[in-house]
Amino acid sequence: MHKLLTDSPGTEMLLLGNEAIARGALEAGLAFATCYPGTPSSEIPEQFFAISKETDLYFEYSTNEKVAMEVAAGAAISGLRTMVTMKHVGLNVAADPLMTLAYTGVEAGMVIVNADDPYLFSSQNEQDNRYYARLSSLPMLEPTNTQEMKDWTKAAFELSEELKLPVILRTTTRLAHVRGGVKLGELQPRKVKTTFKKDPFHYVCVPAVSRELHKLLLRKYDQAVEKSENSPMNEIIGNGPWGIVANGVSVNYVMDAVSDLGIEDKVSILKLGFSYPMPRDLCVRFMEPLEKVLVVEELEPVVEHELKTIAQETGLTLEIKGKGVGELSRLFEYNPGMVRKGIAEYFEIDYKAPLPVDTSDFPALPGRPPNLCAGCPHRATFYAVKQVYGTDAIHPTDIGCYTLGLLPPLSMGDLVICMGSSVSSSCGFSRATDQKVASFIGDSTFFHSGITGLVNAVHNNHKFTLVIMDNGTTAMTGHQPHPGVEPETTGLDLPKVSVEDVVRGCGVKDVHVVRPYNLKKTIEAVRASMEYDGLSVIVSKEYCPLFARRIGKARKARPFYVNLDKCKNHRDCINLLACPAMFLEGEQVHIDKNLCIGCTVCAQVCPENAIMPLKG
Amino acid sequence: MEESMETGRCLFVGVGGQGNLLASNLLGQAALSMGIHVVVSEIHGMAQRGGVVESAVLMGNVKSPIISNAEADILVSFEPLETMRILGKCNKKTLVITNAQPLPPFTVSLGQGVYPPVEEMLEKIKTRVEKLIALRGNDLAEEAGNPLSLNMVMLGALIGSGAVPVTEDVMKETISTSTKKAFLESNLKAFDLGAQASKKLS
Repeated sequence: MHKLLTDSPGTEMLLLGNEAIARGALEAGLAFATCYPGTPSSEIPEQFFAISKETDLYFEYSTNEKVAMEVAAGAAISGLRTMVTMKHVGLNVAADPLMTLAYTGVEAGMVIVNADDPYLFSSQNEQDNRYYARLSSLPMLEPTNTQEMKDWTKAAFELSEELKLPVILRTTTRLAHVRGGVKLGELQPRKVKTTFKKDPFHYVCVPAVSRELHKLLLRKYDQAVEKSENSPMNEIIGNGPWGIVANGVSVNYVMDAVSDLGIEDKVSILKLGFSYPMPRDLCVRFMEPLEKVLVVEELEPVVEHELKTIAQETGLTLEIKGKGVGELSRLFEYNPGMVRKGIAEYFEIDYKAPLPVDTSDFPALPGRPPNLCAGCPHRATFYAVKQVYGTDAIHPTDIGCYTLGLLPPLSMGDLVICMGSSVSSSCGFSRATDQKVASFIGDSTFFHSGITGLVNAVHNNHKFTLVIMDNGTTAMTGHQPHPGVEPETTGLDLPKVSVEDVVRGCGVKDVHVVRPYNLKKTIEAVRASMEYDGLSVIVSKEYCPLFARRIGKARKARPFYVNLDKCKNHRDCINLLACPAMFLEGEQVHIDKNLCIGCTVCAQVCPENAIMPLKG
Repeated sequence: MEESMETGRCLFVGVGGQGNLLASNLLGQAALSMGIHVVVSEIHGMAQRGGVVESAVLMGNVKSPIISNAEADILVSFEPLETMRILGKCNKKTLVITNAQPLPPFTVSLGQGVYPPVEEMLEKIKTRVEKLIALRGNDLAEEAGNPLSLNMVMLGALIGSGAVPVTEDVMKETISTSTKKAFLESNLKAFDLGAQASKKLS
């Protein structure tokens, strides 16, 4: 049995924040869940995926976040309790349905989990998605620890059903990927089938309908304000003259700082858990007796600006500051020391930060950037394309492990902005320049948002080569399935959508399918596509080695070694491929037999044929 | 419930694939089972592809899940270069427990950097922190019968040092219930070897 199905209320378990959200949803009787995976949200759907195999919970990995949101909307409007999860940039993709789903509202509880990523641990930007609550007028909850992540998820379902609106639950990396003790509540039975009640003048958003629905949304917003004013998620702690306002993980930094500085009796803390709509009256009551207020919020000064507005409207003249105090800025994530220092500075408290160990006399330390794994098939594909295209061509790339191809010596990556942009930006590059264009996209990203760009490229007669790197899984986020995976790898009887069929179906005429470990044939295909006067697609197919190991399909090849009798130290292997299984001992390249998976690519590159399989 | 203990901020650092996230998670579970308030933070995603992976276990009267510069009470490092790199998180009162056996980054293989002399660097570090426990973690993992059990060696070294309130018995019980049965014997042996080495060096 899955650990999150443990039916013993009161038991305390150490749960990852994302597991706590999944548990909270189960305690709310979740019936229907969808997602597109994305760090730091991916462990929520991982739980649902496993649980759906042993219960009647419906779960699917949808092709992208917009699709996931719409699938979930259909179920929630029909009357099932529904959750959809995504990372912050995923909500950009799903913003279109989000904005008008706010108009239609939902019948049963629908919770949208949005995971922001301050400091960009695993993202292309660090946008602050609290603005989406404001853009859509949808309520937002921001839990501050693992227990609240469970409890408030359950509360979010109830709130959603009361308001008949989707509710956004916002986390950040330091909540999603933190483990803490969680006291379990009761699991609720779920309602898994329902009947949709037709109501076209409520659900079909033509202008005449939407004009009325917008009014309805604003009435629901007013109700949400009432709920926010009275919610236990918004809490004033202490009654000193110095005010501190915080949300999300920052609440912990503030609580620790106040305790470390010994100023418990001097401060009043406003913890904003039901953070949108802002509890305006509560904010006024909070601020009225205070000398001044410090706002501790990561990323944008959202609360700071709203508090200033509220103060201005109510004639309060106290000082309100946030960004710019100490090291508190719009950049990156906060930490306990930074917040402690900011509080000490703002309220003029004597405080000396602890001194770090002096490392000023240390030599320059070699970097350890993330790297494609030993034997990663992407390395072979990049090598083949580089052999043919040289260094002048433009290589738009996309989001996944293969983004790491930008690192030398492969240096294959000229633009990444968002999922699917490799394909569409290639259309622009190839028209605007006379340079050759060969772009890269992964299989899961292709299904997510590469197909529409490809149709555009066919229809508008763009000329470039798109390399689809098909490793049979969504590797970067932890090997989730996508529409193109082999059904046997998921344990589910779901039909496979073939990448090659989709490409041909879009109207691409020049299509090559290659196995990248066969360098000669891959290079031939790349050359043919470069010489083709039109749009070409190369599908480069080989399992992600980590995934292959996980599903029991690891290569049964022997690891390779460098035969020192033959090696003349050209170093093409290490200089051109830079596989992490290779290392230098003195001046000689060797291969670590524990890391080598026997992909044979370096053996094909070696001009002396000095790289050979180990015997026995 | 023991809630009043001193705060203990324990930082783990390693290289993707060395298993430090499992080690910090197990420590967190063991602490919780002893009624100690605990938060564990991890970084997933892109950093796990051969890059540096950090995690933190904070025990006692503390809510924040991460550790600021100069604020680690204990550093457990799986790789000596990463010990040097992360030392700014430590202060003169920090206990540093490190594997002394290098896993050179690929930048060194490519000649883009030089791996610093380990012995010399560890000597320097020793004079600047409260205590340095440096052990040959990979050798001990091999001795335990599984080169991948370095994380258990390091966990053993931490518990053996006596610097955290988690006992050997509880830690081994947690390892027994939470790691794969096929590796249980080597995991427990690795844990014991790490604990013994650490006691000898303490």
